[in-house]
Amino acid sequence: MNNLAILPIILPLLASVIVAFIPSKLNIVRKLSQALMVIFLIIVGYIAWLVYHNGVIVTQGGGWDAPFGISIVADYLSILLVLTTYIIATAAVFYAPHSLSDQQEKFYFYTFYFLLISGVSGAFLTGDLFNLFVFFEVLLMASYGLIVLGNGKAQLRESLKYVLVNLFSSMLFVTTIAFIYSLVGTVNMAHIAERVEAIPAEQQGIITGIGVLLFFVFAVKAAIFPLYYWLPNSYVVPNPVISALFGALLTKIGIYSIFRVYTLIFVHDTAFTHQQLFIWLAIFTMLFGVIGALSTNNVKLIVTYNIIPAIGFILMGIGLYSEDGLAGSVYYLMHDMVVKAALFFLIGALVVAAGTKDLSKMSGVIQRFPLLGWLFFLGTIVLAGVPPFSGFIGKLLLLRGALSQEYFLLTIVALLSSLLILLSMIRIFIRGFWGEKMEGMTNDNRKVHALTIPAVFLLAISIFLGVGAEYVLPYVDTISTYLLDRTEYISAVLKG
Amino acid sequence: MEIIMIVLASILFTTGVYNLLQKQFLRIIIGTALISHGAHLFILTMGKLKRGAPPVEDYGVSNYADPLPQALILTSIVISFGVTSFLLVLAYRTYKLNNTDNMEKLRGLNNE
Repeated sequence: MNNLAILPIILPLLASVIVAFIPSKLNIVRKLSQALMVIFLIIVGYIAWLVYHNGVIVTQGGGWDAPFGISIVADYLSILLVLTTYIIATAAVFYAPHSLSDQQEKFYFYTFYFLLISGVSGAFLTGDLFNLFVFFEVLLMASYGLIVLGNGKAQLRESLKYVLVNLFSSMLFVTTIAFIYSLVGTVNMAHIAERVEAIPAEQQGIITGIGVLLFFVFAVKAAIFPLYYWLPNSYVVPNPVISALFGALLTKIGIYSIFRVYTLIFVHDTAFTHQQLFIWLAIFTMLFGVIGALSTNNVKLIVTYNIIPAIGFILMGIGLYSEDGLAGSVYYLMHDMVVKAALFFLIGALVVAAGTKDLSKMSGVIQRFPLLGWLFFLGTIVLAGVPPFSGFIGKLLLLRGALSQEYFLLTIVALLSSLLILLSMIRIFIRGFWGEKMEGMTNDNRKVHALTIPAVFLLAISIFLGVGAEYVLPYVDTISTYLLDRTEYISAVLKG
Repeated sequence: MEIIMIVLASILFTTGVYNLLQKQFLRIIIGTALISHGAHLFILTMGKLKRGAPPVEDYGVSNYADPLPQALILTSIVISFGVTSFLLVLAYRTYKLNNTDNMEKLRGLNNE
């Protein structure tokens, strides 16, 4: 019995209540949120260290043992992602005061922000399928609060669609849970995994059916190929700091849930679900996302579209379902969360610096803001996977996995889409940063500078992930062997 | 009894989806409410409807109703209640600002 696993959920929840009492005392709220977030980051780092040295930490809700109480499971994968979430959140809280207007901050930005972190950590850590739904709703509610912040015309229009799509998929999630409950009589994930195994082979079709339905729900949240239509417009309308949180965290929750469910529960028919469905969807997701990124001149929309091929890469690793594939996916997931947040921060700074979102009106920004320009270039090559940066290590593992299982089409599409990602991003660099010095650049150098600093922190971590791959890879390998062998998770949760 | 409930739930789903595909805000929101009712009835039915005594721990009671679906539904009802009320306010604000409640006119092709 160890209560540590629940701390990443409880701490931001408490913080959100505290900051809700003093919304208009901005100086205090800012300093308080920043101090709290740094403390939380240290605590989560300590928990992650404990998990890697002493094994999985399981907290059973209310002291009831596993199938009855709600289990909160801090295992190698979930705690790593929670740590990444906290790193991004810490950078975001230092970015927010410079990016948001005072008015927006007063309308409970920090409350929603802490609630979002709480919901995201909960979704990563929970070991119970219904509880996963509840935490989805917690983080979605917080995200609804954040997406309407600012109250613009286009913003409200896109928020309405965002809320509707998410509400529909949530209701489908509840229905799917009802199916699973009627079939196996439990909602605890480890317990479901154990009972699904006991179902006779000729009846396993129904499990596959339910699995695909659940995949549909998560695919909506993760923005996988036919279901990504809602993402670009709704992620582009809010403030850059909110877009960064959404782009780095929300879609990743969806793909993490697919990770969890499809390595733990639905592994009886990998020939269909993993090797056909996932691989094909990964191919289309990579292609269509990157085509979207090339189709627009709105700099923020370009970065937003780049979320989609990244999801394709991660799904590809799950589809391969091999040691290399899963390790690559975990690595890529971690890398993508950090670098996407950094790029959204930089785009926010670029839009402030240039005074426009339209790439065709932009040029020569680097002459006034060299630091911003070179950081953006660095972010671009990290994202595209130029060695020795972190994107390269993830892609190397994924492609090695794909080639060893002889998925040649997949490999070609993955390489092609990496190239196109590079093209779509370098377009911003060439046309926005190079060239004649444009008219109408901002005079507020200090603001642009303040907006650039948090991205430095994230890019430094991203570079460490790549250059220090030697230290990171053993952990990622531990995770992939751990995911392939389900018994450790099941016995850790159900041992009581 | 279960059959009736499932038919009812499926009718709720169908009408909900039909309403969801309309253009007017209010119809869409009613659609989501209907779908969530359908989903809740569904959970209730999945736990088997009539199984005997109330789920209170007592000596000698062996055949009792399943308490878990009820707990799940309660949670789910509260959540969908909250989201629906938020959605109504959001729809009202969107209508006020955009001067229309027709989804066709809210496509946002002009790339703002």
